[in-house]
This record gives sequence, structure tokens and C-alpha cells, in this order.
Amino acid sequence: MGVEILSMSIDSMFTHKMWDETELSKMVDGGVPFPMLSDAGGKVGSVYGVYDEDAGVENRGRFIIDPDGVVQGYEVLTPPVGRNINETIRQVQAFQLVRETKGAEATPSGWRPGKATLKPGINLVGKVWKEWKTEQAFD
Amino acid sequence: MPEEVAVGCARPTGGPVGKEPDSNSKSTSEQQTIKEEYSMIQVGKNAPDFSAPGFHKGAFINTKLSDYLGKWVLLCFYPGDFTFV
Repeated sequence: MGVEILSMSIDSMFTHKMWDETELSKMVDGGVPFPMLSDAGGKVGSVYGVYDEDAGVENRGRFIIDPDGVVQGYEVLTPPVGRNINETIRQVQAFQLVRETKGAEATPSGWRPGKATLKPGINLVGKVWKEWKTEQAFD
Repeated sequence: MPEEVAVGCARPTGGPVGKEPDSNSKSTSEQQTIKEEYSMIQVGKNAPDFSAPGFHKGAFINTKLSDYLGKWVLLCFYPGDFTFV
């Protein structure tokens, strides 16, 4: 997919090493393949709006950043609920398609790779109902 | 891209890169506004740059978000190592 992953928490790089070696490498062959970064003190997390000062930890923030360094999308969850990685992958694929087509194509609700895109333009005004059905949002 | 770093007894951490708001020439209320603007993330706007140490494939490294310009990046925060979810 051509996406670089960076993870970040308030733990030190020493703790990251131990977590990778003692636990994560038992879940993923060879251990975590991407850099696990340290933000002890939450300075970076504060700038990204994910640092919880009261709890002293960072919420589950996920930011999709394009090759120009622009944030295209984000999601922030409180700690007890995990992410849906498939939805993140779908969003990245959609943003990549839009970028590759230089915005000539847009991905309507429910879009997945292989499904029809919309071509925004004067001829589509008032005609989306012909091109896209409500059921497509749910399949 | 990540660069390997020497390890000492210090516990290095990350931080934002770039200009902090100028605190000397502003009144308190203006400072507050600027701080809020500074910390607001908006889609369609630049991701704030940062530099941070970390662990990657058996080595301690240091990396900057801006080193990844030209690539898609997925930046994921989480509460902590050894937590459950």
C-alpha cells in the first residue's frame, strides 16, 4: 500500500523494546515492523489533541497524513475500545485514489476498492441519484 | 528516516518541531488563543512536525515526521505499552 506506520505513546523507548521482545513478538513474527516512538510527557500528543492530562496517557488517535504532510483524516477513541484496521486501510485506499486521479474521482459513502467512484463535475449536479444508490452505503 | 542513536542513562522523549508561539509580546488572553490554534488539528491542514526517539527493529532510533514527506504516513497514538486493548 505504500504507507509508513509510526506508533507513539508516553512510554520510553526502553519500555517499547521490552514490550516488543516479551509480548508483541509473540503476536507478530519478527516483532513490530514499524518505529515505536516515545512521547513521554505528552508534548506531541498535546499538539495532536490526543493527550489526556488527567490520566497522563494518550488516547487512541490515528492520523492519515498524505505525501505533502497534510492530515487527510483522523479518528480518536478513548482507551477501552480498539480500532478497526480494515476501515483505516479502506480510508487510506480512498485517499490514495483521490490523489492519483488529482481529485477527478471521489469515493462516495460505502466505497471500497473495486466499487464505482463518482466524477464530480457539472454533469453530476442533481444526478448523483442515478449513479449511486443508498444501499451502496451499507454493503 | 529513522537514524540510530547512542543510548545513555537519560530517558529521551519526543517534542514538536518548529516555532513555538512568541510568549513575550502577547497578552495572556492572546496567548491562550494562540495556544489553542497551535494545538488544533484540522483535516486538509499540515500535520504538526515532531521529532521523537523510539525503538525499531532492535535499535534505538530518532526520527522526524518531516523525514517522511513524499510518503503516506499512518500515525497511531495509544495509551501505553502492556495495556490490554
